[in-house]
Amino acid sequence: MSELSVNHLLGIKYLNKKDIELIFETADHFKEVINRSIKKVPTLRDITIANIFFENSTRTKLSFELAEKRLSADVINFSASQSSVKKGETLIDTVNNILSMKVDMVVMRHPNPGAGIFLSKHVKASIINAGDGAHEHPTQALLDSYSIKEKLGDVGSKNVVIVGDILHSRVALSNIFALKLQGANVKVCGPKTLIPKYIESLGVEVETNLKKALEWCDVANMLRVQNERMDVSYFPTTREYTQQFGVNKTLLDNLNKEIVIMHPGPINRGVEITSDVADSNQSIILEQVENGVAIRMAVIYLLASKIK
Amino acid sequence: MSQRVLLFAKEIHIILHRLACQLLENHLDFSNTVLIGIQPRGIYLANRLTKLLKEDYKVKEVNLGSLDITFYRDDFRRGDKILEADITKIDFLVEKKKVVFIDDVLYTGRSIRAALTAIQSFGRPEEIELLTLIDRRFSRHLPIQPNYRGRQVDAINDEKVKVMWKENDGEDAVYLVSN
Repeated sequence: MSELSVNHLLGIKYLNKKDIELIFETADHFKEVINRSIKKVPTLRDITIANIFFENSTRTKLSFELAEKRLSADVINFSASQSSVKKGETLIDTVNNILSMKVDMVVMRHPNPGAGIFLSKHVKASIINAGDGAHEHPTQALLDSYSIKEKLGDVGSKNVVIVGDILHSRVALSNIFALKLQGANVKVCGPKTLIPKYIESLGVEVETNLKKALEWCDVANMLRVQNERMDVSYFPTTREYTQQFGVNKTLLDNLNKEIVIMHPGPINRGVEITSDVADSNQSIILEQVENGVAIRMAVIYLLASKIK
Repeated sequence: MSQRVLLFAKEIHIILHRLACQLLENHLDFSNTVLIGIQPRGIYLANRLTKLLKEDYKVKEVNLGSLDITFYRDDFRRGDKILEADITKIDFLVEKKKVVFIDDVLYTGRSIRAALTAIQSFGRPEEIELLTLIDRRFSRHLPIQPNYRGRQVDAINDEKVKVMWKENDGEDAVYLVSN
């Protein structure tokens, strides 16, 4: 019987190819469920899930909450801004207090890389990492690959370029792991200052010319410039960034093929991507959001099956 | 492990015709009726009956769907196995329709209980009937009985009733397998 090789989803790094296939197969079924007139199944009615967000989030939090509710789990939400964390409580104490209210699973976003891994070693609950600093954002990478598979039929041997702020992006790192695991070719593209040293050691190529990168790829995943994580200035002006690394309609029309445009959101319209591209037929940005719910249902379902 | 044949191909053939006729008697032209095969093994029987109704009994149109009950089961996290889902394909509304659930073996009744909940996601049927090829009597955990049955079988809990279909298993036969 197939089951996940892990008890927590801390990062794509800890998954194998079979895990990803199982998650995608399960997500197919949940995608059918969420397109019914009654979009809910009673599977997790005896499971309680805590969504603990130490960092802002709209899409991911809503998507997780919706996925949990579609599976009939009981859900409690917790945001650090309104909590005792401000009074000096430690992460383990906070989580253990929540767990003593009989919670089975924790979905956590935290600004520190490795927070999920740390927690999984110290508390008794299934942990899903919903983003830990600039480290990983596994469900985003899964839904990105799932969306590529849905659009192009397969991920293996496809050429994918990740454009933008690679240095601060957990989405980039998780995507690189996920895409490589499935056999895709990956390039990263962005200002040299925003591309980490030694990134080639992950098996990806660096391309600093956006036009060349777009000509090579089947899929372009456009990332947001994460101003909130930048302590120093990595490029002169936003305008200059847009001129060199922003995707616009003219650029796409001059390619000799039609590529797929993705964006994990939130979009800075007019910076990394223009409105006419974001809203065009080539863009699968809203499909990504829909698939996000199905993928998260699949991950929660598969991890919950392992709770004894 | 030993196994004994409960039904041969010829007997299954006769039973399928009888079941098709019984369905016809109650549903006539099937205009307000939908057949739902329960995944994973009920779909073979559902396909066979649909084919019979169309080809031998000249029913013009039969609405056929398949329903997966995995997410509605009451034993999630209670067994050693992880439950894996199958495809649900119901392209029509069951609102105000007569629904016939079709499954190969009726045993504890728990699958049908799950199916009764699952079908509600597709509307409110006027009524629901149950057709099953094998009815393992005296082994029900729930008050559920078939409206149409192929053959009643007495089997103890250690034994397993295996229904084989030509299109999937290479032969039409029903076996009683005991350890």
